[in-house]
Order: sequence, then structure tokens, then C-alpha cells
Amino acid sequence: MTMIFGVPMAVFMGQLTLGLVNGAFYALLSLGLAVIFGLLKIVNFAHGAQYMLGAFAALLGFRYLGINYWLALILVPLVVGGCGMLMERFLLRRIAHLDHLYGLLLTFGLALIFEGTLINLFGVSGARYATPEILLGGLNLGFMFLPTYRAWVLVAALAMCLFTWFMIERTRLGAYLRAGTENSQLMQAFGVNVPLLITLTYGFGVGLAAFAGVLAAPLYPVSPTMGSSLLIVVFAVVVIGGMGSILCAILTGLGMGIIEGFTKVYYPEASNTVIFLVMILVLMLRPAGLFGKEA
Amino acid sequence: MTTTHTTSATQLPSAVQERQRRAKLRRNMFYLVLLAMGLVAPFVAYPVFLMKILCFALFACAFNLLLGYAGLLSFGHAAFLATGGYVTGYLLASYPGLTPELGILAGTLMATLLGVLFGVLSIRRQGIYFAMVTLALAQLMFFVFVQSSFTGGEDGLHGVPRGHLFGVIDLSSNLEMYYFVFAVFVFGFAVIQRTVHSPFGQVLKAIRENEPRAVSLGYNVDAYKLLAFVLSAGLAGLAGSTKTVVFQLASLTDAHWHMSGEVILMTLLGGVGTLLGPLMGAGLVVSLQHLLAQSPLGNWVSVILGIIFVVCVLSFRSGIIGELAKMYRKNIK
Repeated sequence: MTMIFGVPMAVFMGQLTLGLVNGAFYALLSLGLAVIFGLLKIVNFAHGAQYMLGAFAALLGFRYLGINYWLALILVPLVVGGCGMLMERFLLRRIAHLDHLYGLLLTFGLALIFEGTLINLFGVSGARYATPEILLGGLNLGFMFLPTYRAWVLVAALAMCLFTWFMIERTRLGAYLRAGTENSQLMQAFGVNVPLLITLTYGFGVGLAAFAGVLAAPLYPVSPTMGSSLLIVVFAVVVIGGMGSILCAILTGLGMGIIEGFTKVYYPEASNTVIFLVMILVLMLRPAGLFGKEA
Repeated sequence: MTTTHTTSATQLPSAVQERQRRAKLRRNMFYLVLLAMGLVAPFVAYPVFLMKILCFALFACAFNLLLGYAGLLSFGHAAFLATGGYVTGYLLASYPGLTPELGILAGTLMATLLGVLFGVLSIRRQGIYFAMVTLALAQLMFFVFVQSSFTGGEDGLHGVPRGHLFGVIDLSSNLEMYYFVFAVFVFGFAVIQRTVHSPFGQVLKAIRENEPRAVSLGYNVDAYKLLAFVLSAGLAGLAGSTKTVVFQLASLTDAHWHMSGEVILMTLLGGVGTLLGPLMGAGLVVSLQHLLAQSPLGNWVSVILGIIFVVCVLSFRSGIIGELAKMYRKNIK
């Protein structure tokens, strides 16, 4: 069998795909955080909880309403994103004029509420969500076995990232969003409905988290705590890459996933902590982040 | 206040001094009353419960030093609480000859050292990034604690002996233990009180209000922030170490990010940037947890804390002490 750096090729490639898949989730979540941060200037601590809500909505929708995976992939982000818009309209907007740390604290409180409620209703053990039949099994690529669902997650997540990039960089609405990020008061003076834009942006960011949640549902056990630990890693990813641009968020997310995957092969004990260690390294060498422009 | 003084500066100094003297007297009286209350408290309430409040109050006061006076929101203070607790617990459990005060000293020292490391890294970023960096560093420590052998991993450390203070006073009695914890709290509170009212504390407030201006005035802002961070970390470690001696255990609960959130809530509820707020907030949150644990709502603690968080941020941002102070000032004038 072919060996790469003392590890069988199949194991190596397997961990690489696993890392890429994790990286795709990091990318999707940090992208959502960056979009929200750009316009609202708050760090959405409820992002992990909203990702978890996405997975739960898919699970419960299937269990009680018979909504299949593909429908859930479209419906759930809309529903959870809609809830996010209500949150923005009735809670976040009331503190928009204050120090942005309050936004972090408010969303933290909301995350506690979501997580705690679901723990009470469903316990912490987690449930399984069946993989759709078409995506069962895998492809034998000769040098490795590629599970179809993981390949699909990678494709779907990247497509979503590209779609977001296109929306923001190439459409009129996206142009408004970018302009609002630069100077929202001026935008308002030009007659753009900035409050509505903010609500839509927050809803979109939350929808991205929920989309990631549906993608994750067949892959990981669906449990109320699935979001919070992931979110802290995503925060580290955001610190590493900065929240400057969409492409940076995607690249950093994928890169960190791959590094994590490699660590699982060569030094499994550190696989939980490697991203935090990279963050420390980046803080020491490039305090503003890899792509950061912040002073 | 200051604007009115400038208009008639010639005759006022004595009046101002008189007022300041009275305010100081009132404050000292108030602290004396609190001190007396603290000394009598164990005869009225259950000492272990009071000790829990005091440990968390010290933790919250330490956190408040950073958020309330330097304007830095750390989301990783659980790491210092846990480091203090684990180090003290490990030392006291493995070396039976060690007296508790030395164990606590060692725990505090380790937390302070960790504070230097965290501080150097995290003050490189500002605002929201600072919160994220501290959170991530604390999560790193959480995994370190889970995987290390000296912490007992998922099980934690149990049966840490309370021992004899200075080798003389037996701490196994709750009353004696209480007075020791009370002394530790008073010491920590005094350190914070002195820090806040010192020239150093004034510079911290200046940095909180307007960092660029503090820089342009020639202050080495990073050094001030770092010192505040280290002080806060050390006192949080002291709280954790003391807590371990009281409850004779150290566990992962202290290292979890929920704990970092709880201390923020205590401070916010009591009043950010007020000296007594964290004490009040810690008392309320600990009492609430205690009450809920016995009620049918026991499983909903985290949801209820979340709701309090949201309510505080939306409509109660000065906290209880802050609101009281506002009312007081309004009625005096």
C-alpha cells in the first residue's frame, strides 16, 4: 500500500476529506458571522445555537411533518432565518445604538435560552438523522474510499459559499450591503431603507447557519450542545482569518479544517486544540490576523 | 459637578472638601456595616452557602476590575478560576503536609502566570476580537484540563483535605473555614478597591473611555491593560483556589465556558463598574441557582439565567447597584 509520511494513503486521504468537510462547516459558519459583523458590528454568539436549531428543525420536520432532506435544505434556512429576523427586529435593534459588546452579551443570553430549552425537551444524548438514500454509500476512487454524503456536503457548502459571494459582490442588494458596511448613515441619507437591510442581513447570516445545521444533521448526532463547542472553534478561525472578506473566511475555514485533519493523523491528542494553537501563533506573528487590516 | 465648581473656584474648595470628607465618611461607615454583617452572617445563614457566595463574589469582583474599569470584556475567566482550583486541589491532595494557605498561594500564582500569557496574547486585539480570543484561549485550557492526568480528567479532583491553616487552625469546622474565606474576600476586595481608586485605576478608566487619547497623552496603554488583566486573573485564581479548599473538589464545571458566562451575568446583574455590584450579583445568582435546584424548575437554570441576561442587556444595563446609585444621585440633588 502506498504510504504518505509513514501513514497509509487511504487513512491519509480519509482524514484529509474529513478535515475538508469540517473546514467547510467552519467556512459556512464564519462566513455567516462575517456577514452579520460587517453590517451590524456585533458578534453573533447565538450562531452556534442557530446552527443547532437548523439541525433540529430538519430532524423534527422529518419526524412529525414528513419533510424530506431536500425540502428541509430549502425550508429550514428560511424558517430559522425568519426567526432570526424577528430576533433582530425586536431585540437586537433596541440595543443597536449601544456599545457592540452588548450585542455579544444579548446573543449569548439567547444562545443559553435556546440550548437550555432543547436540552430540557430532548436531552443531551443526541438523535440520528437518516442520510438521504441517494447519498448513501460511497465512491471508490482507487486510492481511497469517498463516502458520497461527505462529498455532497463539501460540494453543497462550497456552492453556498460561492452563492453568498455572488450575492454580495455581484448583485445590487449586495452592493447596498457593502455600502452599508462602509457607511450606513450615508446610505440612509441616500434613501436606502437601512433598518430593513440590517434585518435581511441578519436573517441571511442566520439562514447560513441553519443551512450548515441541516447539512450536518446526517453527519453528526443532532444534540442541543452540538453548536456551542463548534462556535468557539469558529471564533478562533475568525480571529485567525479576520472578518475582512468572504474569500478569506472561506479559505481560512477550509485551511483550518485540513490542519485539524492532519493533526488527527499525526498527533491525535492535539486535534481538539490545534486550531487554538494556530490562533496563538497568528496572534504572536500577525496580531491583526492573516488577512486582517485592523490596526 | 465639576462645571459648577469652576464658576466660583475661589470660595468653594472648603465646601468641596467638606462634601468629599462627608462622602468618604459615609462610604467608610457603609463598609464597616458590611464588614459587621459579614462577621455575623454565619450565625444567621448556612456558612457553606455563604462561602460559595463569597468565592463567586471575589471571582466576579476580579472580573469586574477588567470589564468595569478597563473596559475589557474577557470571555475566558473560567480558565483562571479553574487553574487556581486545580493547582491548589492537586497540591493539597498530593502533599498532605502542605498547609492550605500555601496551596492557595500556589494556585493563585499559577493563575497569575496564566494571566500573563493570556494577557500578552489577547490585548493584541481589541473590542469584540478580545472577547473571542479570551474565549478561545479558555477553551484551549478546558481541553488541556480534560486531557491532563493531574486534574483527574472528566472525574475531577475529590476529597481535597481542608487541612490546618498555618498548621494551627483546623479548617474542617465550617465556622472557622467561613472566617478564613471572609478574610480572603476582604483582602481581595481591598486590593480591588485600592486599585480602582489609585492613579493606576484612574488611567485604566481613561483608557476605557478613550483609548486613543490615553495613547496620545503618553500612557503605555498596553502595559496598563496587561497589568489590569494579570491582576484580575490572579484574583480570579485566588477565588478558585479558595473555592477548592471550601468544597474539597475541583471539576471541569469551573473550566467550562458556561462559567465565564456566569461571571459576566453576575457582574452585569449587580452593576458593571460598581464596587459592590459583583458582590450583589454573585449573591443573587448563587441564591437563585440554590433555590432553583430544589424546585421543579431545577433543569431550567441555564434558560432562566439566559432570560436574566437578555432582560439585563435590554433594559437594566447599569445593574442593581448602578440603578440604585442613579436614583440616589437624583434624589440628593
